[in-house]
Amino acid sequence: MNDSQTSEQHANDSGVLNRFRAFIASTEIDTRFAGMVIALVVIWTAFHILSGGDFLTSRNLWNLSVQSASIAVMATGMVLIIVSRNIDLSVGSLLGFLGYVMAMVQTRWIPDAFGFEHWYIWIVALIVGIALGAALGAVQGSIIAYGGVPAFIVTLGGFLVWRGLIFRMGEQGQTLSPLDGTFQLIGGGPKGSLGEWRSWVLGLLGCIGAIASIYFNRKRRRKYDLAVRPLPIDIGLAVFGCVVIILGIALIAVGYESPITGAPTGVAYPVVILIAITIGMVYLSRRRRFGRYVYAIGGNPEAAELGGINTRRTVMGTFVLMGVLCAVSAAIQTARLNSAVTNLGVQNELDVISAAVIGGTSFAGGIGTISGAVLGAVIMQSLRSGMVLLRIDSPSQDIVVGVVLVSAVAIDAALRQGKRRTAGIALAVGLVVAALIIQTGRQ
Amino acid sequence: MSDTKVPLVELRDIRVSFGGLHAVDGVTLTLNPGEVVALVGGNGAGKSTLMHTLAGAHPADSGQILVNGEPVTIATPRDARAQGIEVIYQKLALAENIDAAGNLFLGRELRTRTGALDDSAMASATRDVLKRLNPRFKNLNTPVKSLSGGQRQSVAIARAVHFNAKILIMDEPTAALGPAETAQVRELIEQLKSEGIGIFLISHDIHDVFDLADRISVMMQGRLVATVEKSKVTKDEVLAMIIMGQRPGGAN
Repeated sequence: MNDSQTSEQHANDSGVLNRFRAFIASTEIDTRFAGMVIALVVIWTAFHILSGGDFLTSRNLWNLSVQSASIAVMATGMVLIIVSRNIDLSVGSLLGFLGYVMAMVQTRWIPDAFGFEHWYIWIVALIVGIALGAALGAVQGSIIAYGGVPAFIVTLGGFLVWRGLIFRMGEQGQTLSPLDGTFQLIGGGPKGSLGEWRSWVLGLLGCIGAIASIYFNRKRRRKYDLAVRPLPIDIGLAVFGCVVIILGIALIAVGYESPITGAPTGVAYPVVILIAITIGMVYLSRRRRFGRYVYAIGGNPEAAELGGINTRRTVMGTFVLMGVLCAVSAAIQTARLNSAVTNLGVQNELDVISAAVIGGTSFAGGIGTISGAVLGAVIMQSLRSGMVLLRIDSPSQDIVVGVVLVSAVAIDAALRQGKRRTAGIALAVGLVVAALIIQTGRQ
Repeated sequence: MSDTKVPLVELRDIRVSFGGLHAVDGVTLTLNPGEVVALVGGNGAGKSTLMHTLAGAHPADSGQILVNGEPVTIATPRDARAQGIEVIYQKLALAENIDAAGNLFLGRELRTRTGALDDSAMASATRDVLKRLNPRFKNLNTPVKSLSGGQRQSVAIARAVHFNAKILIMDEPTAALGPAETAQVRELIEQLKSEGIGIFLISHDIHDVFDLADRISVMMQGRLVATVEKSKVTKDEVLAMIIMGQRPGGAN
């Protein structure tokens, strides 16, 4: 999935450099995305060394993948909202409310009427959650799109309302537990994963998918006599993609042996859900009209309107989608905790927005990719998890994440304007401050 | 341009008001096939608003629009396009973050059988139409942000050409361009005219107007001062109409 947002080329350097740039351009690899991958590798290596070899272990990476999933799922929707020049501050509260409602369905409403442990409980709970998420997203979206109230205000209201409703419904803020046995699997855990052979099947499907998408893209472009990437580069990309998938499955998923059963756990269900949603959202954003319109609105709302695009319906659609994704994340989080608590999802809006922004989404509108946001969520979670490993206290963690967020955006903004020196300064300042906080925050 | 033919477009007694302000106040205009009618006037004269009405961007409060003699309803940009009306806006109306093909087909995307965007087909069609308009155009896959003003204007014009516009509205088409690019756009206008397309040209540049237009309509404070044949007036007379609303002797 090459979300290509090719940055402008500045042709004022020497010939070798230009030829190298031309080569990079011909691969159509998104340079911003590549930069983030490099940042992730640096972060992982640094934590691995600092923690004395505890970071890059199957156990830690498996946990990291599960912990990233719920934020990453929501971040894919937040990208489209920010791209169309809006914001959603309500996602944390909405997630809490939807999680609470799904827990109510399982622990109160259905058992009171029909008794416990019916096979269909988890399905009903999930459907209720997703439908309610879509409906509440539609309420917020319609006030924004048709009522003309700024998204910041509407979702700030939602932030308060949804959180408040949890307490009204929850009989003085009671914790709801335990949840349905099948529902719990959505959250991962020892039983909530694919197991060894299914994980390999998933990996194989991933490889076939990667090769097929490269092949069909080539074929389509050939058909219309358009320029195609050089064959060796396409083959290289396919091989590289497959190696990454296979290594990921071998090292992270199958490599982690369950502490309870002793057998390889395989890919956790939340991660399977994240993969499915990421593929779906990339397809929606890049290959469907809806996605094209979201980007057009972000790039030039007037042009979109004059192009005959129903901009209001499109904006409303992004909020409906966000509501659905909040429901999915709510299911993951409640299932993982095996309970619904009143402070479920507190501050999630900040994590989700940070993930999108670290992933290259611009508040100016029109720019941002789904895969970038997922990577942003993984970067955020890597920082958190690495600092926990180093026993850094929670306030210091917040400081580091805040510093990283601001410097990441500063670097991105500087690079967009071609100011490489400014980008370098932002990078250096961010690194020094983060290192200082980490060093002094160790307990 | 004979009087016996049915005009391509006829705007009859169009009125548009914003609150209490009459932005367009009972204007009647015609446009014939292969003709360029320039719409001139000071700021706030109502020329852009009038054209927005024809383009479906801002519906009229009252009045009638006829295309080929048939009364039509134009309430949205989609309605206008269905009548073969295309607009090239002053501020280019392109989404800067999207490539040339995406912009050319914006709102009218080609899709595959599964309903997905057919990017290859759109890129191919865009390449073909741009080859006709601007042979040096190469950057099909980059966001239009990185293109020059002339190249962007090519994309905007390509949109009109590709969708077989019968009626073209050009709002200051050369305002953002350098001299060479302006010459190119002028050439294009001549070419489109010879293909029988009718063009409304909104312009501040009196030289552009005299070089390109067949007839000149002058507006002031929402009203039509007069429509004159270019050959029968001088630049000074037109300027007097724009500034003081003064009709010259030969105007109807």
